[in-house]
Amino acid sequence: MKSFIPREVETLWTLFTAPVVWALHFAACYATVAVFCAKRLPASFSFDSVRIVLFVVTLMALGVIVFAAWLAWRQWGFGDDDPPHNEPTRDSRLLFQGFATLLLSGLSFLAVVYAAVPLMFIAECQP
Amino acid sequence: MTVELGNFSPEERAAQEERLRKVWETPKGLRYWTSVNNSEIGLWYGVTAFVFMLFAGLLGLLMRLQLVVPENDFISAELFNQAFTLHGTVMMFLFAVPIFEAVAIFLLPSMLGARELPFPRLSAFGFWSFLLGGVFVCGSIFFNAAPNAGWFMYPPLATDHEYAGIGADIWLLGLSFIEVASIAAAVEIIVGIMKCRAPGMRINMMPMFAWYLLIVAGMILFAFPPLIAGDILFEMERMFNWPFFDATRGGDPLLWQHLFWIFGHPEVYIIFLPAIALMAMIVPTFSQRPIVGYSWIVLAAVGTGFLSFGLWVHHMFTTGLPQISLAFFSAASEAVAIPTGVQIFVFIATMLAGRVIFSVPMLFGAGGLIIFVIGGLTGVMVALVPFDWQAHDTYFIVAHLHYVLIGGMLFPVVAGIYYYFPFVTGKTLSDAWGKVSFWLMFIGFNVAFFPMHFSGLRGMPRRVFTYPADIGWDWFNLISTIGAFIFAAGVATFVIDILRPKPKPKERNLNPWNSGTLEWTNDPSESWGMRSVPIITSRYPLWDQPNLQADIEAGRFYLPDAKSGKRETLVTSVLDAKPIQCMRVGGVSYVPIIAALALGGVFIALTFHWWIATIISAVITFIAIIWWLWTGTAQIPEMPETDVGLGLKLPIYVSGPASVGWWAMFITMVGDGTAFASLIFGYFFYWTIHSDFTGAGPGPGVFWPMAALVLYLLAWVLTLLARQLNEKGSLGAQAALVAAVIISLAASAAGLAGPYFSGMDPTANVYPATVWIVAIWTVTHGVVGAIMQLYCLARSLAGRMTAEYDQDIRNVTLYWHFMAFTAVVTFAVIGLFPLVAS
Repeated sequence: MKSFIPREVETLWTLFTAPVVWALHFAACYATVAVFCAKRLPASFSFDSVRIVLFVVTLMALGVIVFAAWLAWRQWGFGDDDPPHNEPTRDSRLLFQGFATLLLSGLSFLAVVYAAVPLMFIAECQP
Repeated sequence: MTVELGNFSPEERAAQEERLRKVWETPKGLRYWTSVNNSEIGLWYGVTAFVFMLFAGLLGLLMRLQLVVPENDFISAELFNQAFTLHGTVMMFLFAVPIFEAVAIFLLPSMLGARELPFPRLSAFGFWSFLLGGVFVCGSIFFNAAPNAGWFMYPPLATDHEYAGIGADIWLLGLSFIEVASIAAAVEIIVGIMKCRAPGMRINMMPMFAWYLLIVAGMILFAFPPLIAGDILFEMERMFNWPFFDATRGGDPLLWQHLFWIFGHPEVYIIFLPAIALMAMIVPTFSQRPIVGYSWIVLAAVGTGFLSFGLWVHHMFTTGLPQISLAFFSAASEAVAIPTGVQIFVFIATMLAGRVIFSVPMLFGAGGLIIFVIGGLTGVMVALVPFDWQAHDTYFIVAHLHYVLIGGMLFPVVAGIYYYFPFVTGKTLSDAWGKVSFWLMFIGFNVAFFPMHFSGLRGMPRRVFTYPADIGWDWFNLISTIGAFIFAAGVATFVIDILRPKPKPKERNLNPWNSGTLEWTNDPSESWGMRSVPIITSRYPLWDQPNLQADIEAGRFYLPDAKSGKRETLVTSVLDAKPIQCMRVGGVSYVPIIAALALGGVFIALTFHWWIATIISAVITFIAIIWWLWTGTAQIPEMPETDVGLGLKLPIYVSGPASVGWWAMFITMVGDGTAFASLIFGYFFYWTIHSDFTGAGPGPGVFWPMAALVLYLLAWVLTLLARQLNEKGSLGAQAALVAAVIISLAASAAGLAGPYFSGMDPTANVYPATVWIVAIWTVTHGVVGAIMQLYCLARSLAGRMTAEYDQDIRNVTLYWHFMAFTAVVTFAVIGLFPLVAS
């Protein structure tokens, strides 16, 4: 059976997965609210609906970050080896990448949660 | 990697050195200025930026003298306005960012074990652009024509011709020119770090400095283009009366604030991260141990790099945006404290784990960190919306930003200069002078800026040229002025220490601080950089690889010779730094100077509306750049492979994603795409603030935009086809290119036909102005694309581009991928969005 979990890839780009998710989430929250508060369209759509939509977007973003973190954790060998990962070998380089990606996923997770906090407490546009 | 190192007799080595010296020789006399070597360019860049800093510092002192007592009339209000505008502008654009481009250009090749960065002539071009633009902007104050609307140039003040005269144009055009140089440097730095590391220097082995600079250069690509887009809109308003920021005709000054701060806030971190990068080199050396938490530093650098783009609105908390929007930015502003804190703790942990030697660089570093932490804490305060409403535009902000920038940037830079002075000159600066300088600067700084917190909380606004007595501001201002002069005395001590004649050291010591990183193997008296390119097996090779210095100097590693008579350096793979190419880089040349001066001429002539001079300069720039490309890039080598030593043969010419040129194109186009995205952001920004944005007058219609789109896509397909045919060695490639040029030009005409035939008047309202600017942007890119196709055709006809040697067409195809994307977005937005919006 083919696994839906991606195989390990060798690229620098995976390092940026979680922060990119943060950026997309942030942009989505900002743009949605900005357009909603400026346009107020359609009239039947309330601010609470916006909050619910963005809440779902937040959960999705956190889900992707957790998945990226799990992949990173796997690349880090599930924590079998401790940093500093400074050996001149391909293995050590992979472990370093895994660990750094895992750390960034953690930070991005927190930052997404931070961005979602206003949605909990602010209930209208209040221009 | 186990390979047998080379072994040469003393005669062979002498002959090698002779050849290397000749190839890398710096020209003498006046021709010295045509040098493109990273050590010369880096030095000139650094010295120029430093001189601009001293100039801006003097302007700061002028301001402090004016404010020393209430109701002072030492300088006029107008001169005061020019002084503070230029002070901020010069410090940010002409010192803080360029000094790091300078340091990076100077240090990176040696740190990474490369002979040279991949595009030395581009560095030279960047430097000359910077020098010319900088002198132009700074010089304006001597003609009473400096910008006077504050360093962030808010409209409607700065778009008002009566208040902000030619100074505003000087700011916009002079700095746009310098931004071009910054983006050039970003391309150079990213490609250099990714592709030019010594063999074995895997990404987990890279010096911390390289990690930081990689992130910073990436940030420049996303931060500077929005400002360039903003500058274009701004200058169109000032020059041709297009109403982008004029509320009476549908424009909005807030769009400028958005674009400026999307640039402006990441800018703070673009300044701060490289300074911290210097600290990440200095702290391990003086703790005599590897840095603690290498991966955590990578987290901090990447994390800060990203989060810093979610902060821009915290400069706009008082503009009346919805509170929920403010809250998002407040949250991100608090979140960025996490990675910043991580960096500080990593340094503290490294110092605790090692044995700290308190030398002058450490003194400046530690002093800077203390100041920066205070600035960081007030930063957390002003990131809170309610507090910011009170403190906005007061001296509290002035205090905060100086604590952040001077602690986070100036002090580490001075630390870096003390640290790297022996690397640059072979001599050391004085310990005694350094300590005096440090204490004067540290005490002076705090005496000057700490009281500003209080004058700010007592309500003193920024940028006032004087103030009444007896409202509780006078004592604080007097103290601040005294502190500013103590601080200046510290800076003067430092400058004198640099300038005073110093005796030659008695014995040759390349590594006076016993550092562990590779750059300290370089001999400053030779201009070849690395004598031979070593194999790296440690993060601190000088500590962990025995005999490294001697082996490098004996030419026992790669590229010990220069038999081809060309400047060569190794290109390695991104992740594991396996050698993949022996690249030839550009040598001494006049062409970067000519191109930079001519491009400068375009910007300067535009400022004064000298249209003919503008056109002449533009033509010269164009010819210079084509000449540069034709004679200096994608040269077919006399043999396909060359021996780089240690039994390894590598290709000289590679194309496509393996080549540095392809990556340079990719990176440039990412920056270009960001500027384009900013213009599209502007379109939708106006759409949100108007009830019927696209209904304000005639639109471009559907037919012409769609015709343009189809033609552009056709031109893109033809370019792809030309690449394929060329690869097969078919002459059909040339036919495809001819067709592509014609179609591209037709597409460009169609792109402008929509707004033109609908009679859209860009001065009437912001809607036609926005449609025009987006169309002009795309069409300009289309015409540049056509020139590239024509260039490939000419190269093919001249036999300089063949099936095997096809860099040109591959890079042009990459350009056209971006072009096709730009066309799709542009014509969908201007042609189809009005149908949806209405």
